[in-house]
Amino acid sequence: MSNVVYRVVLAGFFLSLTACGSGVKLNEAEVEDKKGASSALTQSNPATGAQQESKPLPVANVDLNTNADAAKVAVPAAAELVVYFELDSYTLRAQDRATIEAHAKQLSANKNRKLVLEGHTDEQGGREYNLALGQKRADAVRQALRLLGVSEGQIESVSYGEEKPAAQGQGEQSFARNRRVEFKYQGN
Amino acid sequence: MRRRNFLAAAGALAMTEAGAQFRIEVSGVGLTRIPIAVFAWKGEEALTGRISAVVRADLERSGQFKMIETDAAVLDETSTIDAQKWRQRQADALLVGSVTRLSDGRMDVRARLWDVVSGMDRGGQNMVVGPGQLRLAAHKIADDVYQKLTGVRGVFSTRIAYVSRTSGRHQLWVADADGENAQSALSSPEPIISPNWSPNGQQLAYVSFEAKKPVIYAHDLATGRRRMIASFKGSNSAPAWSPDGRRMAMTLSRDGGSQIFVMDLQTMDVRRLTDSNHIETEPVFSADGLQIYFVSDRGGSPQIYRMPVGGGSAQRVTFQTAYSISPAISPDGKWLAYIARVQGQFRLHVQDLASGMVQSLTETKADESPSFAPNSKLIVYATQHEGAEALMTTTIDGQTKTRLAGQRGDIREPEWGPFLVGV
Repeated sequence: MSNVVYRVVLAGFFLSLTACGSGVKLNEAEVEDKKGASSALTQSNPATGAQQESKPLPVANVDLNTNADAAKVAVPAAAELVVYFELDSYTLRAQDRATIEAHAKQLSANKNRKLVLEGHTDEQGGREYNLALGQKRADAVRQALRLLGVSEGQIESVSYGEEKPAAQGQGEQSFARNRRVEFKYQGN
Repeated sequence: MRRRNFLAAAGALAMTEAGAQFRIEVSGVGLTRIPIAVFAWKGEEALTGRISAVVRADLERSGQFKMIETDAAVLDETSTIDAQKWRQRQADALLVGSVTRLSDGRMDVRARLWDVVSGMDRGGQNMVVGPGQLRLAAHKIADDVYQKLTGVRGVFSTRIAYVSRTSGRHQLWVADADGENAQSALSSPEPIISPNWSPNGQQLAYVSFEAKKPVIYAHDLATGRRRMIASFKGSNSAPAWSPDGRRMAMTLSRDGGSQIFVMDLQTMDVRRLTDSNHIETEPVFSADGLQIYFVSDRGGSPQIYRMPVGGGSAQRVTFQTAYSISPAISPDGKWLAYIARVQGQFRLHVQDLASGMVQSLTETKADESPSFAPNSKLIVYATQHEGAEALMTTTIDGQTKTRLAGQRGDIREPEWGPFLVGV
């Protein structure tokens, strides 16, 4: 398809991505399914103390804090790494179209590059619903990239919901900066 | 229906217990509160923790008891009681006891409950606990009193899980139902959300972002061993154990968009329950394990629906509020607690599932994450209180609310654990 047709399709896609949009059904060929190594869980023995004795219920601590730095990843030049959204919305804004096209170009030119799209929300409302809303936002960007020819295997869309704000603080100024999708290129 | 609000005569009582602080704020006057005089335990003044204070706080937090002032008399479980005197002081019940340190350092804790109206002895409690477990002894005594006087099983010996965030460090805690005695189950540089108890109270499922995306784990509390439950492509969240412990409902975006799945925990196979282009999330099982309540925005804004676990069409459940999320179902099946956004404010609501009537329970504006106590009489939720995130419990009618003690920093995501066997 020619460049003009791509733009028309993409424009139509942006316009039709409303709350009750038809959406593009994605068939995921690749499903990552990690099963834990320690699948056999220890069965705690019920307290068998003397009738009059009450045993405490122990809780073992697991500490994931490490000092490992995230590996530095080369990021494509000349491309904004974030797009923004209105309240309650997962519709891509017209002014973000250029950014998305730039990333699509990068990914099409470098088939080995892998991209994770992280969807985020402001802090208003429930955490799980916001996780799903962030997911909708990340999915919207992914669908736009696919429409521009980027292959399925190069993109994963995930959500952080409200858990990783870019801007702390209350008020619409901060909230607006948190309603976003970030482009995170992976190593290799 | 506007709820009348009475200002509390009691106001706020701050109590200090063994270095930890908790505050009880009782607002509103309950309709049926049993007046009880809870005496100091003979021997407790020598200890760092007061059993009587813990028992009084438990009974008050239930919203079903009113404390009658005791006098200076030193009573214990062997004392004879002047029932007439206490009837005159408007008490219906009287609780006395003693605590003695044994030669091996353990504590012998005893109690006796008196029915003041009839003058009858309602029986005693007798337990030996380690020196660090006086709070547990007090909670068990409070449970016994609660059950004898209300006919309902008490929840004071149960536990709650919650998450804290302090300076970028996230922790998953397991605490007593009053917020005290918190033990850290998990410490992580990345967020933790949505803790969910296994039916036997031995494990917590939760969502961890340690892999830079949301992944569901099941975590054995006693050993710290974790099993990765769901790490499919995309986001994995909202774990909800089935009442029989064999399945887990969850929200997965692996097929594109957040949809509800049920996993068989033996085979780890997942079955998809919803199939839409909308947001489908926050599944919770009904108490009988046959239905799943969940949040969907198929109607334009998020509302709560219900569908059979085996599959089938969903029915909408919430109609009184324009934006309804975070469902919690009482174990007795009667109530749906949820969060509604009303004029930009997020408030805890309770719906009578039989009649459909809804009551708003709070006047705060950032309520989250309601969870029922296993006796269906109390709800724990997160909110903002005096500028900081805090956990509160409330009675179902909203009349008695209590702020729980908790760790420093922002605390959120409370989940009430089940009744425990053998404790």
